[in-house]
Amino acid sequence: MSGVLDWLTMPQTIFFLAVTGVVFLALQVSAAVFVYAERKVAAFMQQRYGPYLVGPKGLLQPIADIVKLVFKEELRPKAADGLLFAAAPVISAIAAFAAFAPVPFGASTTFFGLLPEPMPLQVADINVAVLVIFAITSMGVYGIVLAGWASNSKYSLLGGLRSSAQMISYELAYGMSLATICMIAGSLSLREIVDAQAGYYFGVIPKWNVFVLFPTGFIAFLVFGTAGVAETNRAPFDFPEAEQELVAGYHTEYSSMKFALFFLAEYINMVTAAAVTTNLFLGGWHGPLIPEAYGWIWFLIKLFVLCFVYLWLRWTLPRFRYDQLMAFGWKLLLPLATINLLVSAAGVLYFGL
Amino acid sequence: MGSDLILFGLFAAVAVMGSLAVIGQKNPIYSVLALILSFFGLSGLYVLLEAPFVAVVQIIIYAGAIMVLFLFVVMLLNVPREDAAEWDRTHPYYRPAPAVLGSALAAATLGLLAWAFSRTPGLGAGVADARPAASSVGQLGRVLFTDYMFAFEVTSILILIAMVGAVALARKREQ
Repeated sequence: MSGVLDWLTMPQTIFFLAVTGVVFLALQVSAAVFVYAERKVAAFMQQRYGPYLVGPKGLLQPIADIVKLVFKEELRPKAADGLLFAAAPVISAIAAFAAFAPVPFGASTTFFGLLPEPMPLQVADINVAVLVIFAITSMGVYGIVLAGWASNSKYSLLGGLRSSAQMISYELAYGMSLATICMIAGSLSLREIVDAQAGYYFGVIPKWNVFVLFPTGFIAFLVFGTAGVAETNRAPFDFPEAEQELVAGYHTEYSSMKFALFFLAEYINMVTAAAVTTNLFLGGWHGPLIPEAYGWIWFLIKLFVLCFVYLWLRWTLPRFRYDQLMAFGWKLLLPLATINLLVSAAGVLYFGL
Repeated sequence: MGSDLILFGLFAAVAVMGSLAVIGQKNPIYSVLALILSFFGLSGLYVLLEAPFVAVVQIIIYAGAIMVLFLFVVMLLNVPREDAAEWDRTHPYYRPAPAVLGSALAAATLGLLAWAFSRTPGLGAGVADARPAASSVGQLGRVLFTDYMFAFEVTSILILIAMVGAVALARKREQ
């Protein structure tokens, strides 16, 4: 018993629990902030005010939204499959939270000497982290597909079908661009990939993977970013919920907190996608001016910029047509990613990276 | 070692129970989900064998891609759940030939497994002590593209043939 107590009071354990708790809370808060940001950015782009009544500048709007959702009536269609109807939003949310676990967000730190040895700012340091994230995010699609099927409604079913087809199509390009970076970095661990991006080319250009083996790194970045938007079901790839065609797609029949869980999952998935992109291509926590120990500030800045780009895309680009979506994924992105992989493989061999 | 054994029992139970649930379900959607659960059990076993790469790939390929396609097809065709009449029609009592054939096949597989186990040396020793030769991704790739090159390439050709065949079957006929 004392062994357990000793373990619990070790600084490392407390640090680990603290990091896990902070990540868990930060992800939820980020979803709330994201909802507010989305509405404000949308309003800005459409020359409206957006939310401005609740709190100063409408800042308390997300809290009002949550309170409203909690008190909404929970509805379930009579013909729905009870078990799966309840399980689907939970699967979505769990996959969204779990996918962030292997993502590092800062250099190892002793926290001003409080810890006996430097600890990584990361929930779980796994040596195949890239693949683990890939695996968990690919589990998230089950939430959407099962929601579509269990609702027993034609709009939901169509949304679920579209989601599964879209995921399968874009996962290939996603994986190919991922493989390109893993090959250049020579590692599957996100921490090692980020550490390999420290320093500068010619003292000016940061050694980020976007600039590696130009232009292959940049092409991989574009393909990864595009496929990432498709994987998170964001506009212009928001087919599973296309409002004008499918009412609301897979979550048509959902209300109250079950509906909220889907939205929580969607926004957390975006944060995770942005965080992984930052780590893989934009140098993670490496950047000028700020010392390494405070690298998480750079990480957050890059994360916010990428998240803003997601919003920007959504309110700028119209949705694809369905055949365009498939043609774009299979006939453009996949061949591009494959050729890019081969070219960078040749580059790695030639330059002996 | 003790915790390893408990975990092995847990994951093995998940894998076996999942597989049993696949054939025990009347609703095909639940069968697909049970199969995914079974894959997670297998993946856990791979982690215990110190092969995290194989474990993750098992999830990505089987649970993440292939089963999504299964689910897609089941949902698209809207396969109905088996009712009592269907169960009667396929009951071994009314369809003796498939039942006998299936039982014979199962018995042959079991016999083959038993024969293989009886010839494998060092079964009593722990597997984790044996240190798998290809635990890291680099080693796995090297082994795959040298020792097992032929099997690897033949498999890819097999998949290509299956793909061409599927396209040929699904294509619209002239006229």
